[in-house]
Amino acid sequence: MTTTRPSLNFVLMDAPLESARTTTAFRLLDIAARRGIPIKVFAYEGAVMLPYARQQPHANAVHGTSVEEENHFLPRTAVAALMETAQRQGGQLDWVNCGLCVDERGAGEPIAGVRRGSPVDFWQQATASLNTLVIATRD
Amino acid sequence: MKVMHIVDSAYRATVEEQDDTTLWLTQVIAGAGAQVELLLRGNAVNYAVRGQRVEGLAIGAWRQTQPPRIERDIAALLARGVPVLALAEDLAQRGLKADALVAGVEPLRFGDLPARMQACARVWHW
Amino acid sequence: MTTTPTLLIDSRDPFASADGGFARELALALARADVPVTLFYVHNAVLGTRRGAKVKPHAELAGSGVTLLADAFSLAERGIDAQQLAAGVAAAPLDVVIDKLLAGWHVIWH
Repeated sequence: MTTTRPSLNFVLMDAPLESARTTTAFRLLDIAARRGIPIKVFAYEGAVMLPYARQQPHANAVHGTSVEEENHFLPRTAVAALMETAQRQGGQLDWVNCGLCVDERGAGEPIAGVRRGSPVDFWQQATASLNTLVIATRD
Repeated sequence: MKVMHIVDSAYRATVEEQDDTTLWLTQVIAGAGAQVELLLRGNAVNYAVRGQRVEGLAIGAWRQTQPPRIERDIAALLARGVPVLALAEDLAQRGLKADALVAGVEPLRFGDLPARMQACARVWHW
Repeated sequence: MTTTPTLLIDSRDPFASADGGFARELALALARADVPVTLFYVHNAVLGTRRGAKVKPHAELAGSGVTLLADAFSLAERGIDAQQLAAGVAAAPLDVVIDKLLAGWHVIWH
């Protein structure tokens, strides 16, 4: 008999590379993924850009590093890494981008594994999960 | 599952979004059957004020035809049966008296907040 | 009625943010209502945990039964060693948040 582990649900709202909230959110998701906890993420507002497939790394002339040396953090890479880790550890990362937020931001090219949804999906994720953490954006 | 939404961020991108996106989300999930109550605190207590007006953004030849109507959205939540609370101390700090508020908004004293939170299965701070 | 313990994640620094006191005041109110409560400082909120920082004493919170933790990553990022923390505050890994979520606590990000 297969037992389904209870999932944790997260809401993210910040656009990429704008806030420490996103960094900490990724750290939390990483902890959960490494523990094999099934994870649900509802990306709202600017957070729908986090898995955007067209993000590109760059060099850093101030530090004298090439593109490869700089190895710049890309949110889409983090999302993909979390999906891979979750899978490997026996869990899963279900990432839902709020569809209207995607439309108004032109973010319609996410990495593989990201699906489009609405706040109804968020509510369904929340009721199906053991607990939910909302990390809202700020002025 | 009874949920408290706490909102303290106010007028952040509301003109561009043509909504407060948290009030909007609250309306969506309430429509999907969520048992939710809304607590306005900090500057967001001003969302409960009657007479808020956005005349519509105009950028070049483009004119906004659907400006945000926060007061309408507060009233809509109340009409749907969603309790809308406003932290009494934050209202007072901003010089807001009961007669300035949308009918049905309920001031909540900070001292009563712990018990109100404990009555909810989830508390989400937006 | 069963009491639900609460983890308040305070990300707002007490110096630049006029709203930096809400998490503290809520933690006190919960503790006085006999709700087990932990206040977990992250990001610039940890700037208020350095011993000597001009903030309201953490001892009042700790004395009221609030558990005070500061994210080790945020502390290191700001050059605050565990030995430099104000009395009553302990460094802790971010795992605490996942632990409390799994334990069914109210987990609230401020």
